[in-house]
Amino acid sequence: MNSIYQYFRAIWYGFSSLWKGMMLTGHYLVHPKKILTEQYPENRDTLYIPDRFQGEVVLPHDENNEHLCTGCTICEMNCPNGSIKIITQQVVTPEGKKKKELDKWVYHLGLCTFCGQCIDACPQDAIKMSNAFEHSVYDRKVLTKVLNQPGSKLKSAKK
Amino acid sequence: METKDIKRDEFVINVGPQHPSTHGVLRLELWLDGEDIIDSKPHLGYIHRGIEKMSEALGYKQFIYLTSRMDYLSAHMNNQACSLAIEKGLQVEAPPRAQVIRVLMAELSRLASHQLWWGALGLDLGAVSPFFYAFREREMILEIFEETCGSRLTMNYITPGGVVNDLHPDFVKKVKKLIEQLKGNLHEYDQLLTGNAILQARTRGVGKLTAEDAISLGCTGPVARASGVKCDVRKLHPYDGYDKVDFEEVLNDKGDNFARYWLRIAEMEQSIRIIEQLIDNIPEGSYREKLKGVVKLPAGEYYQRVETARGELGVYIVSDGKKEPYRVRFRTPNFSNLNALRPMLKGAKIGDMVSMMATLDLIIPDIDR
Repeated sequence: MNSIYQYFRAIWYGFSSLWKGMMLTGHYLVHPKKILTEQYPENRDTLYIPDRFQGEVVLPHDENNEHLCTGCTICEMNCPNGSIKIITQQVVTPEGKKKKELDKWVYHLGLCTFCGQCIDACPQDAIKMSNAFEHSVYDRKVLTKVLNQPGSKLKSAKK
Repeated sequence: METKDIKRDEFVINVGPQHPSTHGVLRLELWLDGEDIIDSKPHLGYIHRGIEKMSEALGYKQFIYLTSRMDYLSAHMNNQACSLAIEKGLQVEAPPRAQVIRVLMAELSRLASHQLWWGALGLDLGAVSPFFYAFREREMILEIFEETCGSRLTMNYITPGGVVNDLHPDFVKKVKKLIEQLKGNLHEYDQLLTGNAILQARTRGVGKLTAEDAISLGCTGPVARASGVKCDVRKLHPYDGYDKVDFEEVLNDKGDNFARYWLRIAEMEQSIRIIEQLIDNIPEGSYREKLKGVVKLPAGEYYQRVETARGELGVYIVSDGKKEPYRVRFRTPNFSNLNALRPMLKGAKIGDMVSMMATLDLIIPDIDR
């Protein structure tokens, strides 16, 4: 007798616990406002990406096409993956002095792990992370970027 | 095991490396007699990346980002362990503000980790909807991380001397909102899964791990605590001001699957308790002790242990005074917790294997490193 009681009790327990769970799913079925799913490619315009999001390294230029990078290569030394290559050149200033200057700021996006250590190490705060995140391309070569714009110069010290 | 003769009804099957219930690339070799498991043997190394060896080629500040890739659900705690070990060598201490931020971040990631575990456990046992409910709150935590740290999973936020950035202005507001929502929603977890007849039948009394086994196999974290072993590093060897916050070390002496399930749910409540205590009391001041550009540890050995979401993580650094470590060794919790699988599986039915692995909460990249 007891085993029959246990048998039906187990069936009752199974159905009641199933019903309890289904109640919750049903609750969300009739409350569509609580649903959090986003329709991603369609909501690109309203998508909120925080400012600090580490998308890719950029070298900001101002309106005179000037940047802050002195070519000290500290970011290159601090990068754990070798995704940064700074190419410098020797130039002669109008006063006749020899000076090292940034030639090309090469950034391999395909090697970057977005750890942010280059930004952390830069003494001039010349580079920063942008929050662009849609990086997929068809050609691998596109992922190697030169960040300084052609003809850009080092911003001279504040007068 | 290799020398064992196969009897007539015995056979060997391989579970994984592509089996969905192994949560990664773990291969289990199971010796079966019909449905009963005679013996098991895990095969590792499918996702070995050589993080320990790679660390020897990188500087002290640089190799920390690699540890986020070990146990990716406890990335903050892994970074914290390395930072604390390096701080030990440099004899500096993070400012009070940084310590509180670290504890807050660690507890938030513990919450996120346990939520993902809860969802994945439901998925393993055949219930799909818990996964979505778990991700609802986890998504909020990841958004908080994204705003303050810049990434969602592999943060690289905790650094020797403090934290990289100060907290985002919205941090306190968002965490309070999260806590409020989480407290309102925790009962849904019980309603949806805990009381469910299928979950009860598949977890209660299944996968028993005795306290003796847990100690001798080196299990830590929720796995050992569910067998009644006191092993919370936050209580035993407090770091970063865990001795100043008031929380309980949750223990259970049953040692079965349900004990581990119950314990993680209870641990989430304790994490909420820690966050509630700290969120209004973040001290003002500097968030980072400025270190030199190239950090050099004095020659010697440094060890630091930290409680991650899965157990005790130990970081052992040997320095010979150069700018790179001579040797870095990680004692990861999942590797030891995996050992518990063999005594649990012996004599069990093959259908219970999935629920045992689900409650062990294994992260395979942490086992292989």
